Amino acid sequence: MSVAADAAAAPVLATSGLTKRFGGKTGQTAVDAVDLTVPRGAVYGFLGPNGSGKTTTIRMVLGLVRPTAGDVRLLGGRMPDDVATVLPRVGALVEGPGFHPYLSGRANLARLDAADRLADPRTSAQRVDEALDRVDLLGSARKRFRAYSLGMRQRLAIAATLLQPRDLLVLDEPTNGLDPQGTREVRTLIGRLNQEGVTLLVSSHLLSEIEQVCTHLGVMRTGRLVAQGSSADVLGSTRPSAEVTTPDTTRAAEVLAGLGLADVSPTPDGVTATLDGVAPEAVVAALVGAGVAVRGFVVRHATLEDRFIELTGGGFDADE
Amino acid sequence: MPTSDALPAAPADAPEVVEPVDAVGRAEQGARPGAVGAWLRFLRSELRLILGRRRNQVGLAVLAAVPVVIAIAVKVADPTSNGDDATFLNQITGNGFFVALAALALEIGLFLPLAVAVLAGDAVAGEANVGTLRGLLVVPVTRGRLLAVKYVALVLGALLGVVLVAVVGLVAGAVLFGLHPVVTLSGTTLGLGAGLVRLLLVVLYVTAYLAALGALGLFVSTLTEQPMGATVGIIILSTAMWILDSIEQLHWLHPWLLVDHQLALVDLLRDPVYTHDLSLGLLTDLAYVVVFLAAAWARFTSKDVTS
Repeated sequence: MSVAADAAAAPVLATSGLTKRFGGKTGQTAVDAVDLTVPRGAVYGFLGPNGSGKTTTIRMVLGLVRPTAGDVRLLGGRMPDDVATVLPRVGALVEGPGFHPYLSGRANLARLDAADRLADPRTSAQRVDEALDRVDLLGSARKRFRAYSLGMRQRLAIAATLLQPRDLLVLDEPTNGLDPQGTREVRTLIGRLNQEGVTLLVSSHLLSEIEQVCTHLGVMRTGRLVAQGSSADVLGSTRPSAEVTTPDTTRAAEVLAGLGLADVSPTPDGVTATLDGVAPEAVVAALVGAGVAVRGFVVRHATLEDRFIELTGGGFDADE
Repeated sequence: MPTSDALPAAPADAPEVVEPVDAVGRAEQGARPGAVGAWLRFLRSELRLILGRRRNQVGLAVLAAVPVVIAIAVKVADPTSNGDDATFLNQITGNGFFVALAALALEIGLFLPLAVAVLAGDAVAGEANVGTLRGLLVVPVTRGRLLAVKYVALVLGALLGVVLVAVVGLVAGAVLFGLHPVVTLSGTTLGLGAGLVRLLLVVLYVTAYLAALGALGLFVSTLTEQPMGATVGIIILSTAMWILDSIEQLHWLHPWLLVDHQLALVDLLRDPVYTHDLSLGLLTDLAYVVVFLAAAWARFTSKDVTS
């Protein structure tokens, strides 16, 4: 296949015009013309509120759900037709951990390994235990899944993706239900896997958990991909803002407006505005020169959270 | 072909945890277990899953309890009570061999179909319900392969149930009444060995019926994510067929019913075996297997897995 021939440049995953409508022509459009591009070696943070279409997109990428329109190129193959040849190189955790409740964690992984046509049965036990060890579950390997805490279940699901060496890991909400400690461990694991050469697609509706490890970001809103690119690109398109703490609110606002700053608005203890290329020191000088009593001055760069809310229009579940 | 050379697996200098996996995890050339070996491995795992489940073990115990109950009931009842039906009950006092046949004839109406319905409900709907279906499909297990393994395991489970009933029946009969040469329904006498061969044929005939019901059940199981719903649906279908089959006025419908020829199993106890109804029964079984496995395949391979 010519696309995959120059593999160094070819993305691990690329969708074009990917669309899913549930319930026929009049049905609800869950995913609307999404062009996802996950470059080789990336940690791609796939963000969006609950119900924005992330999981449906992931299900189409993995061949679980058939697209209404558009196509998916995954590791040089075309999904869902090439499921059998492509998916062995993909580890996936889709929409939370799903395991047999009355089997132990180890037995659940052994079952998945037995189902793998390409797995070597002679090394099965060894690989299962190594995967459990990587997520620190070896001590609870013999416990029934039913007795696992939510965090342990989530870790078992991650372990299931590590039974084989992979080129791509798709982790849908991997930190769901984890405590801060567990979340940090997952983040560390993601970083380590990435260093080993694995590309990762990690979805989340919790931004702070994912922001620190992602090299690339894609943001979904009501079924549409509203932003995509390297983290710097996606975050960089926001402008820093100035936050002035002062009792002279009215005077300060006039000065900021006079300097040509946009979005000037009062806060309970001061004024904020978008810097728009004006140097912060010039703003402070102007304020002081105008006799404004400046008690505090902060330049805030947009966090992913701000950008996210800007892109998705606020509330996490607003679009359901 | 996807370019596997252009997309290398984890680098060779990966940390120690990964390296042995990389070296031995995938059985590529030479060491490759082969398609048949891999298929059998998955089937074994499926059978372990079925047999390891407490509820299924209890179900097997219930199946096995029926011949014991029959044997004891006949033993303690008035030995002079007599009937003239074909359920073999009245022959038991003379020969423990008939406990197995009586048990199978009694269980074919509800208990054995119920067992198949439970296994079929678990097969696809059950996996969808606990969320393991998506996990299997992304392993990846192709959908056709998954259905094939599920169906074979289902049939083997049914066979196990039928064999268990027959064996427990033989043992209970032997203990309480002794085993003797078998008097056929035609009045001739078969040696015990020949009688056991006939019993084996009955076991296979009943299993063929259950295999056909299993195909129907597997199809129902692909329609829902609720295993109990699938099980109840299969039982309703099975029981409805028995009821319809007993209404004389619906005789035009009877040839289409899976259950119409199942009691022909008594013909295996005639001498010589009366094959007319038996072969019709087997043909009906075959037709149900073909139609409903095709339906299950068509449904499952085109289905959006959103569970």
